Amino acid sequence: MRPARLSVLTAAAVAAALTAVTGCAEKSDSAGGDGAIHVSATDSACEVSKKEFPAGKATIEVENKGSKVTEVYVLFPDGRIVTERENIGPGTKASITAEIKAGDYEIACKPGMTGDGIKQQVKATGKGSTEKRDPALDAAVAAYRTYVQQQADETLPKAQAFVDAVKAGDVEAAKKAYAPSRIGWERTEPVAESFGDIDPKIDVREDGLEAGQDPAKDWTGWHRLEKSLWADNKIGDTEKKLADTLMADLTDWTKKIGTAEITPTSMANGAKELLDEVASGKVTGEEERYSRTDLVDFKANIEGAQKAYELLKPVAAKNDPALAGELDKQFAAMTTLLDKYRADKSGYDFQSYDTVKDDQRKELSDAVSALGEPLSKLAAAVVK
Amino acid sequence: MSDETNSSTSPGPEGDGNTTGAPSRRAVLGWGGAGLALGAAAAGGTVAALTSGTGTVPAGMTGEAVPFHGAHQAGIASAVQDRLHFAAFDVKTKDRAELVRLLQDWTRAAERMTAGLPVGEGAVGGLPEAPPDDTGEALGLKPNRLTLTVGFGPSLFAKGRFGLEDRRPEALIDLELFPGDNLDPVRSGGDLCVQACADDPQVAVHAIRQLARIGFGKTVMRWSQLGFGKTSSTTPEEQTPRNMMGFKDGTRNISGTDTAALDKHVWVSATDAPGASSWMVGGSYLVARRIRMNIEIWDRTPLQEQEDIFGRDKAEGAPVGKSKERDEPFLKAMKPEAHVRLAHPDTNDGATILRRGYSFTDGTDGLGRLDAGLFFLAYQRDVRKGFVPIQRNLAKSDVLNEYIQHVGSAVFAVPPGVRDADDWWGRALLS
Repeated sequence: MRPARLSVLTAAAVAAALTAVTGCAEKSDSAGGDGAIHVSATDSACEVSKKEFPAGKATIEVENKGSKVTEVYVLFPDGRIVTERENIGPGTKASITAEIKAGDYEIACKPGMTGDGIKQQVKATGKGSTEKRDPALDAAVAAYRTYVQQQADETLPKAQAFVDAVKAGDVEAAKKAYAPSRIGWERTEPVAESFGDIDPKIDVREDGLEAGQDPAKDWTGWHRLEKSLWADNKIGDTEKKLADTLMADLTDWTKKIGTAEITPTSMANGAKELLDEVASGKVTGEEERYSRTDLVDFKANIEGAQKAYELLKPVAAKNDPALAGELDKQFAAMTTLLDKYRADKSGYDFQSYDTVKDDQRKELSDAVSALGEPLSKLAAAVVK
Repeated sequence: MSDETNSSTSPGPEGDGNTTGAPSRRAVLGWGGAGLALGAAAAGGTVAALTSGTGTVPAGMTGEAVPFHGAHQAGIASAVQDRLHFAAFDVKTKDRAELVRLLQDWTRAAERMTAGLPVGEGAVGGLPEAPPDDTGEALGLKPNRLTLTVGFGPSLFAKGRFGLEDRRPEALIDLELFPGDNLDPVRSGGDLCVQACADDPQVAVHAIRQLARIGFGKTVMRWSQLGFGKTSSTTPEEQTPRNMMGFKDGTRNISGTDTAALDKHVWVSATDAPGASSWMVGGSYLVARRIRMNIEIWDRTPLQEQEDIFGRDKAEGAPVGKSKERDEPFLKAMKPEAHVRLAHPDTNDGATILRRGYSFTDGTDGLGRLDAGLFFLAYQRDVRKGFVPIQRNLAKSDVLNEYIQHVGSAVFAVPPGVRDADDWWGRALLS
């Protein structure tokens, strides 16, 4: 889980190779005169220069006139993020470029980068001009969408088994069912995280709670139950209720996931972010601090990244054969290395992370760096 | 590779096929440039002409670039900069072709960075959805005399790795364990090293970071050391810098323009490196030691005792019984176990090394004491005739040992310079 960063799909339709990336340096003559949507953000207001704009490539010029750092989101009506820009300092300007289809949206400014933000209704009209894309990439996106849905669907029965064990008060059975119930989620985590409201309910760790949240009341999801099962070694009424909540949230996730915005570059960057997850949470042993099942998550993250890569590979290998060669090699090396920690290569019964020694953790970390660095170049190779 | 070191090497001081061509007017004016070399050459290879440099602006002030190409790598005899970032790497790949590619990629990146340019396509202006080629923290900074110097550790030549076992020079020894050594394996050794020196720490750190990034999947950083406050200089017209003990140490360091001394003590000659080790001709051997100082204990030591330990006075740095820093030391006037006396070439059958060490401070040690000391870097023509005899002597009797401990150690063969834009670090070894 990643409490502070919901970036993978935020780049959603940012057309690659757009020169507007340095848009903050571009001159904008007058409000709206350049076709851009101007957002004037203050500590208490979020003024939008036009409520209607043509669908297609849109440039949003933000000026933070307030005293707090702010962030600006373009949201679908159901709260999903189309695009965003964080950390816009007081007195500074930022430019956001996105491809926006016709429809209703909200633009939200979040002074202080907290809360729901100050929202404005906006509308994208007309057919818009969406960039022509390589059909091979469209096919990759479609296949990945299917994969993501499959993962979600296959997670439900496994999560149900976990929830049932918790509700039956069977600590041992619940412990056994815990890690397998998370595999589908971990494989597709960047997509899951694009639904900003789901991740904090399902996959937050105690230290990931926001300021003012009370662990006793506000902490839900897998890791809350993990702590009960392994640290406290008991299941009470609270845990049984939390199990129901988890199941409801996961069901919600499987319904929403089909609507996620997915683009070739978000797939590529999502793959890279899965490696980031491994580097920041799994190698360090922070993710599963009670159950020590970190290697299961680790494996699932790698599998999810590899799936996205394999789907993009036909295009990537054409544009940058050396990169594809390197990625093939590093994915293979990573797989071989992880296999050392499970007896059955078709199963997910990995060694406890407790038993992974420091020099082995370093070896894993080195492999993650070796894969993560070239993977960060995949997005560029896809859109070349 | 700086011009003065080019012209200070064999085959002669007048010009040696130096690919960087004639020194420019700008270089002539700079302290780190060819002006010194020309002066030295005109004076027959002595340093006599160096003091005439009045009115010039030190290179450190102008932020200028040190030429990368040349017969020797820059960062050895070239003027010592103020800051250091040193890194040792383990090579992870088993594929020799990949190692070659890595060194080629490193060389090309080093050419750009030492000239003050970002790596690859730069830090900004590329694809918005891809991480930039360069991480960008040196954007807008001048080259700041950045030098990048590469070395190969003994482990790179191990049997069954890259087929280099026959090419390991005899002088690239595995250092013995000296009395008093308390070496931490995670701060020692390494297959490759890169010494980044610059007058701005950001520039040095940036350079190592880019090379580490280029190396991911092929190399892993094994250990690294930041250094500040150079503790010796290769420019004798400057005052000798002080170490963390407050003393000037290494006053008699080899001058970067003393062609004869460099040839005699620093650069590997054709006779040193016959046959399969001839790839080292024009190179040098580097010994790196992390020397922890018991700063707090030292600071409670009386001044007279401190001065006796070093064999120099603290204010001027003059040897015992003399008045000026550079006065010829009279060793017999010093206590038998004084540091200067034991380290002096006369005590070690003439053994002489070129020192480029830096002070370091890495926070505290968990016991409330500063984790600080000297990151000792010494270049020599043969480790067996340079560092080893001197360190044996020091480890045995130096009274300074009560206040210091060697906690990290590494030795590297530093190949000759990169000649031109087609050449690369280690070409003579690996191709």
